[in-house]
Amino acid sequence: MATVEEGLSCQELVELVTAYLEMTLPPREQVRFEAHLAICPGCTNYLAQMRETIRLTGMLSEETIPDDGKAKLLDAFRTWKHGHTGE
Amino acid sequence: MRPPAIYFRNAPRGTTDLQVNPEGARVGRREGGVDMGEDADEPRQQPPVATAGALPLGPESGDPPATPDEQMLLAALRGGDEAAFETLVNAHYVAMLRVALLYVRNRAVAEEVIQETWLAVLQGLARFEGRSSLKTWIFRILANRARTRAVREGRSVPFSALASQEAEGDEPAVEPERFRPADARWPRHWASAPQSWGEIPEERMLALETRERLRLAIEALPLAQRAVITLRDIEGWDAEEVSGHLGVTDGNQRVLLHRARSKVRAALERYLAEV
Repeated sequence: MATVEEGLSCQELVELVTAYLEMTLPPREQVRFEAHLAICPGCTNYLAQMRETIRLTGMLSEETIPDDGKAKLLDAFRTWKHGHTGE
Repeated sequence: MRPPAIYFRNAPRGTTDLQVNPEGARVGRREGGVDMGEDADEPRQQPPVATAGALPLGPESGDPPATPDEQMLLAALRGGDEAAFETLVNAHYVAMLRVALLYVRNRAVAEEVIQETWLAVLQGLARFEGRSSLKTWIFRILANRARTRAVREGRSVPFSALASQEAEGDEPAVEPERFRPADARWPRHWASAPQSWGEIPEERMLALETRERLRLAIEALPLAQRAVITLRDIEGWDAEEVSGHLGVTDGNQRVLLHRARSKVRAALERYLAEV
């Protein structure tokens, strides 16, 4: 029995998605993962949704710096420079 | 009461500056070899290379040293180049705000912590060894400052303990009801399969409301999961940077990321299914 490779179920696959994307699946698991994907539109959609979620989450980083915070920092830098380099 | 902050608490003091726990996560190294303590981030209190010779500390130690770009930036900063400082601030400020907000609730307090952090960075520049990346060093100072502040406000955030809690037990990525029962034909395969998002116009994906839903889904996550997805997927840090910064194991980092992403995907799926 141990030599027979059972296919993954969809319920098992969704738990491996992060390890798959992180490329931390052992080679044999990766083969099973990809073999399942090849025949399962539901899991293919699931993986694509996960990738899209990651892409959209990454776009949340686009935010600008509040000007007053930055101005204070530049003042602090000038003070530091004055004390530090004697300029 | 729990100890207020337990980053790296597994790292024995004064033995070596690199401790590897059973799951392989680096838990103990700090710039200058200084271990925890509320003000371990104070650059001026750090002996320059307290543990030189203990272990080789090249990139293979899991914490890459300052890159050539950073070395140039460092030289410019030390020379008092304001444009270089501005570049550094622009590169990290928003990320610092997001990280600080993992510890302190209030944006004004977070901004104060960031101001303090930059002052500490400037004061510590001369002694910064470049053995970790400048970014790692800055965020380490930030985390220490923010944690100190959180403790003073009575809300400590011990990520390593939280991480173990939040990574425990069973938490399915997808509700079990969406799969066929174990005794059905095609057991545990989709009963209600995810639909393709391929036909959804990009404008909808990028719409303000979609962003807002995403943001809310992330805000609703338990703290350690929120911390990991924020650093990994919003800030784009790699797995090692995140587990090092939060003081969690590689295994827990991955479990937390998995749980966080699964919930955010589910929230997005629900939202996009609304007409």
